[in-house]
This record gives sequence, C-alpha cells and structure tokens, in this order.
Amino acid sequence: MTDIPAPISARKPKSRREMFFDSDLWWSFRKSKPAIGAAIVLLLVILAAILAPVLSPQNPYDLASLELWNAELPPVWMEGGQMPFILGTDVQGRDILSGILYGTRISIFIGIASVIVSLVIGVLAGLTAGFYGGWVDNVLMRLGDVLLSIPIILVAILVTSVAQAILPPQLREAGISIVLVMAIALYSWVQYARVVRAQAMVERRKEYVQASRLVGTPARRLMLNHILPNTLTPVFVAATLNFGLAILIEATLSFLGVGMPPNQPSLGTLIRVGNQYLFSGSWWIVLFPSIQLCILVVAVNMLGDWLRDALNPKLR
Amino acid sequence: MTQADLILSIDHVSKEFDVSAPWLNRMLERKPKLFVKAVDDVSFSIPRGSCFSIVGESGCGKSTVARLVTGLYSTSGGQITFGRGDAGRPVRVQMIFQDPQSSLNPRWRVGDIIAEPIREMKLRKTADETRDRVEELLRIVGLAADDATKYPHEFSGGQRQRISIARALASEPELLVCDEPTSALDVSVQAQILNLMRRLQLELGLTYLFISHDLSVVRHMSDMIAVMYLGRIVEMAPAEKLFTDPQHPYSKLLLGTIPDIHVPNRDREVQNGEPPSPLSPPTGCAFHPRCPLATERCSKEAPQLRAAGRSMVSCHAVQKGLATIPARRQD
Repeated sequence: MTDIPAPISARKPKSRREMFFDSDLWWSFRKSKPAIGAAIVLLLVILAAILAPVLSPQNPYDLASLELWNAELPPVWMEGGQMPFILGTDVQGRDILSGILYGTRISIFIGIASVIVSLVIGVLAGLTAGFYGGWVDNVLMRLGDVLLSIPIILVAILVTSVAQAILPPQLREAGISIVLVMAIALYSWVQYARVVRAQAMVERRKEYVQASRLVGTPARRLMLNHILPNTLTPVFVAATLNFGLAILIEATLSFLGVGMPPNQPSLGTLIRVGNQYLFSGSWWIVLFPSIQLCILVVAVNMLGDWLRDALNPKLR
Repeated sequence: MTQADLILSIDHVSKEFDVSAPWLNRMLERKPKLFVKAVDDVSFSIPRGSCFSIVGESGCGKSTVARLVTGLYSTSGGQITFGRGDAGRPVRVQMIFQDPQSSLNPRWRVGDIIAEPIREMKLRKTADETRDRVEELLRIVGLAADDATKYPHEFSGGQRQRISIARALASEPELLVCDEPTSALDVSVQAQILNLMRRLQLELGLTYLFISHDLSVVRHMSDMIAVMYLGRIVEMAPAEKLFTDPQHPYSKLLLGTIPDIHVPNRDREVQNGEPPSPLSPPTGCAFHPRCPLATERCSKEAPQLRAAGRSMVSCHAVQKGLATIPARRQD
C-alpha cells in the first residue's frame, strides 16, 4: 500500500468483500508460499473428490462394473498395467484411483461434519462456561477433562460398537458415518470449549459488555452478539487443525475396522483392505490411498499452521 | 432542598467482595473466607442538574460506587433511591466508561453500537427512526452522521469517548455516571471531552456522578465533591470550598499533590506511607497511620461524617476544632 489513505470523512464505507481483500489476513496469505501451495493442493483434492463421479473411470460401488479378470492389476507404468486403471486395481478388480476419489469424499465429509458438530457443541459449552463461571463452568469443564482423559480411540470404539448394537439392522450401514461423526465430535468439542471459555472470561469483563448489560440486554444476546464474535479468531485456527485431526481419527478407526465398512470405503478403509495384500506383492492397493491421506492432512495442517501464525497478534 | 429535587440518594451503602480462595484450597489450608469492604457506609445525594464528583486514590472504592449506582453490582447493605425521571418513570442511569479501547465492541459498526440501547429498550418504532436518531446523536457529540458505518478502530481515543457518550445518551438518561471518562485521554483531548460534557449537561439537563482521581478535572466539572479514602467518604464539600479550604487532613494531602505552575519547585510536604491494604484496614480511622493529626482516639474509634461549616468532615481532630493548621505545612 503505497498510496496515502484518503481522510476518513472522504472514504466510502467498505463492503465486506473489500474489507476481506484489504485485510492483514489476505496480505499475509499472499506473502506465504507454503500457505498458497497448501491451499491449491487442498482445493485440487476437494475438487477431485466432489467431481469423483465425473473424473473416475469406474464407479467402484457398482458391482456390475467390476470384472474379476481385472483383479490385482499393477499401475499402468508397470508391466501388466492396463489403461483405464491408472493406479492399478484391487483384488476384486476395483480401480484404485476411483476408490481413492470416492474415499476422499467420505473422509472429507466426515472431517467437515465432525468439525461442525464439535464446533457448535464446543462453542456453546465454552460460551456458557466462560460467561456464567461458577458451578456451570466447573461442571462443563470437568466433564471435558474426563472425556479427554480417555483415549479417543477407546471412546470411538465404544460409541460405534454401542451404536451398532442399538441401531436397527437396516440403519446400521446408513447410520455408520453419522455415528462416526458423533464419536469424533464427542471427543473434540472440549478443545473448542476451552478456547472459547478462556476468551469469553476475558471478554465478559470488558466495558462494552457492561455497557450492554446496562441497557438490559439479556444474557443470550450478550453471549451471541457481543462475546461470541470476539472469541472466534482462535476457534478458526482450532477448527482448521482439528479438521486434519478428524480425518486422521476417522482413518484410524476405519483402519481398525470400527469405521466405514468396505462397501462405502473411506481412505482408512482402503488402507486397511490394501494392507492385507501388502505381503502378496500388491503394494499399490495400500500405498496410493495412504499417499492421498498424507497429502490431504499435510495440506490442511499447513493451512492451519499458517492461519495460527497469521492470526497471532504476537507474531505480527 | 426537597426530596423531589434529588435524582439519586444513597443511604449507608456498603459493598463487600468475596475474595476467598477456592473452596478446596480453603479446606486444605484451613483458611477462613476473606472479604474486602470496597465501600463502607457511604451516604450522599445528588440534586437534579448538578455534578457530584468522587475523588480518591486507586482502590478507594470510587469505581465500585459508580457500579453500585448503575446496578452492575448489587449492594451488600444500605439503600439506593432514585428520583423521578421524564413523565414520572424512574430515573434512567447510563454510564461512560474509563477505557475507550474496551468500551466499544470492536466487531460492531459505530451505528449499531449507538443504536443498541434504542433497540434493546424499544425507544423507536422503525429502523428509519432509529437511524435518524443515531445520526442525530452523532452530531450532538460532534461526529459526522456517516461515521455510523465505520468500526471503532477507525477512531482516535477522544472520538471513541464521544461515541461512548452518544451511546450513553441514546437511552435518554437523566443521570450519567462517568467513571474516569478522561483519564485515558491526552490532556488536550480531555478538555474537549469535558467541555462537551458540560455543554450536554446544560442542553439536556443531565445530572452527573463523576468519578475521577484528577483533581483539576473535578474542579472544572463539579458542584459537590466527595473525597473517598479506603471505602469511606472522609470529606464532602462544595467544589470551591474544598479547593480553597479543605478540612480533612487527607483532602489537604490530595490538594498538596497538585503541581503549582507558579511555584514549580516549592517545598512539598513529604507524606509517608501508602493507602493500607483494604484486606486489613487499620482500626479506628482508616487514615490514622498517615495522619499528622492522629491521636490515641483515632486508632480506636472511627469518626463519623459530620457538618463542619459548609463541609461534611469525618475526622476527630477537625470535629474537635483542632485542625486549624494551614493546608500546607511550610517546613
């Protein structure tokens, strides 16, 4: 910005869009090569996942399109590779690339859904705890401490197996992704709650909150209109980093066999299935889904790290 | 002065804060509950249209009085009575805060900040009327109508304090409680804000309860001044009377700290000591460890606020007529 800003009275009010492109955040994004790279990679991965039905050579869920003589074909650049199956096929003749594209879709869906669910629970719990303090704070935060003291894998295995036992058989297949989302959210809301609570405790003592109290604003509006917008910055950072974590947790659960079933495979399921054939020499079945999972999580985490630095006032 | 003229009267009001350690620590360390008496038996009343000031050092309880009056804190004892406002409704109280950085929500546009009281209290019917009122308020405090679309960070400290005043005026209050409204501002800007507040007082018939530690600011604004020390009022007098003829030794000490432009290197009386901790206030008169007039009696018996001439003073020595010493000792 080399031009001298116009005097305040002569300036037009900025629209939200202008304010975004004028912001420190956008400036720091343009200056950060890793962030731009990660964003491009992430965008490509997400686009490919969304466009999976168009891009993939085969619908891996359509059993009619699978041919057994195509089973365990290596990638095309190797001896015996065949053309539509760029990354090879698995033991049932499923195209690995198609499986990855569809699997990424499921992984991203579960990641986003669990972030949203845990965000809502965590922000509401943190706001309430930080705003009211006292025993409300104690109950909510100690509950969170208890949850965090149990390893997440155990919690998730417990939740999914209990859900499998409770749900009627026809709902089990359809409901499994929702159960997974709930299991992950049950664990990760605590982090948001802690971040929001700490910030809310600072904000609620500030004078603008007291000024609003004076005109009789009810507690609900004080929390949502005044305190919440001022606590969101660290929440965005936590949400980005947790998105990567949620994808990993889901992959771990699927790898252990308590996550997505093989007929609607996520990346973790693909890795589990492929793992069984690793020693029979079909390394491509497990390697390519693993690489995709790596790329996805690393890109998300790099974005999260950049966001954390960009929004940290101490590093500006 | 009849009762009807009073906009606010405060009767033997006290406020205690519980500053105990958490329950578990108290159990383990066998410590009792701990209370701080921030305001102790304070009484005063404010006539309509006047400016009543409270001065004192940090921690003397003056801001607590402000928050008790506005209702942000509840009293531990005593009575706060308000007079009648417009059209017979109870007096509306609003507050102007000390720190213009934290008293405006950084995520809200100025127009929304000023409109909040109007919306919450439903003072205007339509959105258009609300917007007109916001623009009118902005002009009243000396800002431009199109400042409503900006965010607080686009303004200087003085301008922010004007926004704060506009917000306080939005609910059409009769009593404004000003908690050190100028202490975070430059001296040049302080004068502008104080002049604005005086002008508003005349134009709108406002009553002020003015809290400050800055005696020159208080002198400019006030009709009556109360001097607080450790939660109690030690002297209460009309403004000029307090400045020309302070009675209580603590008032004299405070006035002695004002720099004198004509005698910049005058011999200042060295006062030993600092205000004692409010956790364990001295027995008797709270000021006796620092008081040049202290006697045996002062350490045993707390003095009461009694009339001494046109002032009200809470000091055994003054009440016995001993305090005929000059305001400043010439050593």
